[in-house]
Amino acid sequence: MKELKDLYKQMVLIRKFEEKLYELFSKDLLFGTIHACIGQEAVAVGIANALDKSCDIVVSNHRGHGHYIAFSNDVEGLMAEIMGKKTGVVAGRGGSQHLYNNNFYSNGVQGGMVPIANGMALAEKMKKTNAIVICFIGDGTLGQGVVYESMNISSLWSLPIIYVLENNIYAMSTNVKDAVAGDIIHRAKAFNIDAEKLEGNDIEALYRKLAVIVTKVRNSSKPYFMCIDTYRFCGHSKSDSCEYRSREEELSWRDKDPLSLVYAKLPKEMVKKVEKECIERIEGAFRKCQKDLYPVLKNE
Amino acid sequence: MNKQISYLQSINTALRECLKNDERIVVIGEDLRDPYGGAFKVTKGLSTQFPDRVLNTPISEASITGLATGLALRGFRPILEIMFGDFLTLCADQIINHASKFHWMYNQQVEVPLLIRTPMGGGRGYGPTHSQCMEKLFFGVPGLKIIAPSIYHNPGELLKNSLGAKEPTLFIEHKLSYPKILKLKNGDYAKGLSVKRSSDRFETVFISNCNFKNPDVTIISYGYMVEIAEELLLEMSDFEVNIDIVAPSLIKPVLTQEILNSLQSSGRLIIVEEGTLTNGWGAEISSLVAEKGFNYLKSPIKRVAALDLPIANTKTLEDEILPDKENIKQAILEVIE
Repeated sequence: MKELKDLYKQMVLIRKFEEKLYELFSKDLLFGTIHACIGQEAVAVGIANALDKSCDIVVSNHRGHGHYIAFSNDVEGLMAEIMGKKTGVVAGRGGSQHLYNNNFYSNGVQGGMVPIANGMALAEKMKKTNAIVICFIGDGTLGQGVVYESMNISSLWSLPIIYVLENNIYAMSTNVKDAVAGDIIHRAKAFNIDAEKLEGNDIEALYRKLAVIVTKVRNSSKPYFMCIDTYRFCGHSKSDSCEYRSREEELSWRDKDPLSLVYAKLPKEMVKKVEKECIERIEGAFRKCQKDLYPVLKNE
Repeated sequence: MNKQISYLQSINTALRECLKNDERIVVIGEDLRDPYGGAFKVTKGLSTQFPDRVLNTPISEASITGLATGLALRGFRPILEIMFGDFLTLCADQIINHASKFHWMYNQQVEVPLLIRTPMGGGRGYGPTHSQCMEKLFFGVPGLKIIAPSIYHNPGELLKNSLGAKEPTLFIEHKLSYPKILKLKNGDYAKGLSVKRSSDRFETVFISNCNFKNPDVTIISYGYMVEIAEELLLEMSDFEVNIDIVAPSLIKPVLTQEILNSLQSSGRLIIVEEGTLTNGWGAEISSLVAEKGFNYLKSPIKRVAALDLPIANTKTLEDEILPDKENIKQAILEVIE
């Protein structure tokens, strides 16, 4: 089992990384857009640490910086990718939401990666590797038909896959109440997939729970669906000022900030040290990337 | 090849050989397994012999296209059947935004050796949603290769040659060609027609009524339309126009040079396709020829294609809407005028 300090450090690394991206946008030093996960770090870190990183596969989405850093620890490659540099994980071709590294894949169309994650789970099952697949979706993804086609197949074929739905309440500006009818969990249960709802901001509790579920899926080779409640403190994308939600609601979630919840449990000196190390690493990555070259097309 | 073999048998045999020789092959689709053996019976017998690698799926074209893509990314070589080519619209997001993008978008660090087979075309009275040549919607998709064998090609060999590519392949079969015996001869054959083949991995077949000497007209076509064009040449054996037919099996990307080679002598080009006229294969080839072979042209290029309408169910209307021999003959007369 991972120590709380390690989990905290990973969450701080993700938080500081994305805060740095916002700073770079404000200084006009980044091109394009991002979808940050500030406030949702515990989900990414909880899952990544429950996995066997030597074989398991993570399939992510547009809001994937946290998933990527927690799974790969590759802050430098991601920074370079978002800055559009040749040294980025996919050499500037994908940017923030189209990443590949070893067993990590992300793409930018809602729900599009769900059947692909199924195919990967089938591949690992046929190869008898004992690996499982994590497929991250959001509450907004529930509007896509291919998600249900895919849950139907993974249940019928007993695929070792966990669908991790991060319910941050908003699909861009649309409240989950205005987009999802009925109970989310029932949607998975209708396909005879074991499903449960989890609280997403308490990393200790979440990580312990996820470790059990990962083992269960690995041993049973059966799909699992979890709906994890969380909240993004930032906007949907860089230019979103969150006019669709109240400041009161935001403040009530700030009390459950996954970082603050851990902060109180660790010695002050340690917290300061962790924060300092993360900032130094991110600043170092940024300085290095600034010197890196932009890619150009050769004759392909 | 001495034994007479049909277009369908050729594909069925190739699938069986692939399953036998390569454990990475997985055949996926709707109603493929025995005793049904696929809507057009192309996969008949395969599930009996390879029960673990011939998989029946629910009617979920988008999901099974993604499923096959996931298998391809993780070391398998899936062969996906989409029951009717018309249903490729349901797979479009998976093909365009996923399978065809991954190799390049992920900086060539992954491969997607996915083969999607599907029957296209009309002539069987299946009406507006089961008769189209939907490949035209995919001609502009980077990263996707499109193969469309005719009965003058060896579809089974082409299928085998399509496997293991770094990027996905769309393999277009024609419903009317399935029962036809393949015509795989070289050299002179019936009524003064001669045939030759390129040595490419995806061969182009050339058919001529003048032994490729001094053609007056070049016809380029693919799939079932090649049969129509060849029949016309046979019927017109006393016709005094020298004609070369260029029939590529690789229809995307277009192999411009082999068109230009024939056009250099003929100076007249007719493009024949079964899909609708507007923004089709013919439009792309016309542009390429205008850019690279303009000086060869002695007359305006003619396109023969389906009318820009849905394909009607009743035979009289279907016949009017789809291109036929008479349309090709008319085009020949117009270009040599």
